Amino acid sequence: MRFGVVRFPGSCDEVDAQLACERVTDATILWHGDRDLQGVDAVVIPGGFSYGDYLRPGAIARFSPVMESVIAFAREGGIVFGICNGFQVLCEAGLLPGALLTNASLRFVCRQVDVVVEDTATAFTNACREGGRGTRLSIPVKHTTGRWYAPPELLDQVESGGQVLLRYAPGQNPNGSLADVAGVRNEAGNVFGLMPHPEHAVDPLTGSVDGLTLFASIRDHVTAHVAA
Amino acid sequence: MMTRVRVLVRPKAGILDPQGQAVERALPALGFAGVANVHVGRLIELDVDDPAQLPEMCRKLLVNPLIEDYEIVDADVAPAR
Repeated sequence: MRFGVVRFPGSCDEVDAQLACERVTDATILWHGDRDLQGVDAVVIPGGFSYGDYLRPGAIARFSPVMESVIAFAREGGIVFGICNGFQVLCEAGLLPGALLTNASLRFVCRQVDVVVEDTATAFTNACREGGRGTRLSIPVKHTTGRWYAPPELLDQVESGGQVLLRYAPGQNPNGSLADVAGVRNEAGNVFGLMPHPEHAVDPLTGSVDGLTLFASIRDHVTAHVAA
Repeated sequence: MMTRVRVLVRPKAGILDPQGQAVERALPALGFAGVANVHVGRLIELDVDDPAQLPEMCRKLLVNPLIEDYEIVDADVAPAR
């Protein structure tokens, strides 16, 4: 099982994402200008400032050549995982519901937060179980544009469809995100985006290894269901 | 002949607009009384051959319709060519 991590001009967390993937399986970097996904089994859209985040974060990157292929891959059921700027790109691409707005504080936030896993029966969270690594994960956030928003009817749809996979723990919402949403999946369950950075929580040296759980979940899901 | 237009982009009504709120708080602090409903948006100015394409440009790239409203207005300046 092999992850592909997209590198845009302006990406800055793609190497951390690659290293996180490599702690659980294989990974390779995918260049933004290439349409060839090199046969990877899952795609990670990493954090950073793709194409300078001009206009709105992710607004330009979502039209890049690699994203044409990622969108087609996602429509065919391929696993796509967006982190921070990757989450913004996937929302702009219409692969995930909602949009990311400037933090309510208008400030860049960088801190460790707890997130609650709302559903452990998904491609992205199946390794989060009580007695295992748990359903409460400690993962850092670092962003200025992380306030997830959806209009009321869309929020109802997302909530009733169980699409919120991660919520900031009570009192820890760092950005004013609606309903404390930290991460959402699409309806089909094969695309997921979150603002916290699991790739920065993979080594005891930096305080938490909870982020590995999400990468391991994807590996286990793909190994069981896709790669065979 | 190109036409110069301005696309005015605003946060949708009802969405928390912390930038607008910050400005609204700052003005009275400077002695300007009687200011309300401040919203901060974006102005995109462009010269186009075919203004009929503008709504599609807005929907596809310039505006995120989930969070923003827009208005297209003619600029009163003749474009230099």
